[in-house]
Amino acid sequence: MLMSHYLVVAGILFSIGMFGVLLRRNTLVMLMCLELMLNAVNLLFVAFSRYNLNLDGNLFVFFAITVAAAEVAVGLAIVVALFKRKDTVQVDAFTEMKN
Amino acid sequence: MQDFLFYFLSALTLISGLMVPVSKNPVNGAMYMILCLIGTAGLFALLGSYFMAALQVLVYAGAIMVLFIFIIMLINAPAETKRKRDIPSLIAAAIAFLMLTVGFVMMAMSPELNQPMPALEDAETLAAEGAIPFDGSAKSYGFGLYGKYMLPIQVMGFLLLAAMVGVIHLSKDLHARSQAMLKVKENASE
Repeated sequence: MLMSHYLVVAGILFSIGMFGVLLRRNTLVMLMCLELMLNAVNLLFVAFSRYNLNLDGNLFVFFAITVAAAEVAVGLAIVVALFKRKDTVQVDAFTEMKN
Repeated sequence: MQDFLFYFLSALTLISGLMVPVSKNPVNGAMYMILCLIGTAGLFALLGSYFMAALQVLVYAGAIMVLFIFIIMLINAPAETKRKRDIPSLIAAAIAFLMLTVGFVMMAMSPELNQPMPALEDAETLAAEGAIPFDGSAKSYGFGLYGKYMLPIQVMGFLLLAAMVGVIHLSKDLHARSQAMLKVKENASE
């Protein structure tokens, strides 16, 4: 298997994640697409780690997964807190910081 | 066989990944997301890092996505009403998607990266000086994490603690409490 095949897969996965973040207005789906982008970077880390026969990339994926778990926990808590106030999760409704 | 597995797994990952932003219902999106994460775990296993594949399934598909599905169930937002299609943001997102994809493909096709993977058996000899050689076993991960990356591991533990404290603080209903306090103040002034 060529190295570039993995790069193409990871790149397309990252682009799909960004596509979702730009397209959707639902906060939960946006968070999920963010996870998709993190996942693509993890794939890239592991592919490069395998390519250079160096385990450091794999260990970085370990840290990336931990950060993703913390991020999702805090992000979902914020979404729930916002939902309690606004009764919606659409980003169009969250305009307190305007003006 | 390896080629077939690679194409199968990457097709699974990409198609289910594309269904995450496209599907209307967030629950369906979460289900496709789980499929996408499992496909990525398969790619990790294909690359030889079996421990990472197991971790991906356990932590991502097992813990994070269960959290997502729980919150979707808890919020139970009404299904997205038939609002008018947001054409400008669709065009912007599609253009960004195409540009990023083309950029990545161009980068990946450069001759220094368009190379076959080196054999796993040569990991000991080919790894850079002072680096931990690639190995899929949990043992070498332990050596790496508790040797070279001792400090980052402790920082990660602290980060998880901070996230936990933050989530507990966020999930308290501060808005309702401040409203109640306002009411008490009004009653006192009357």
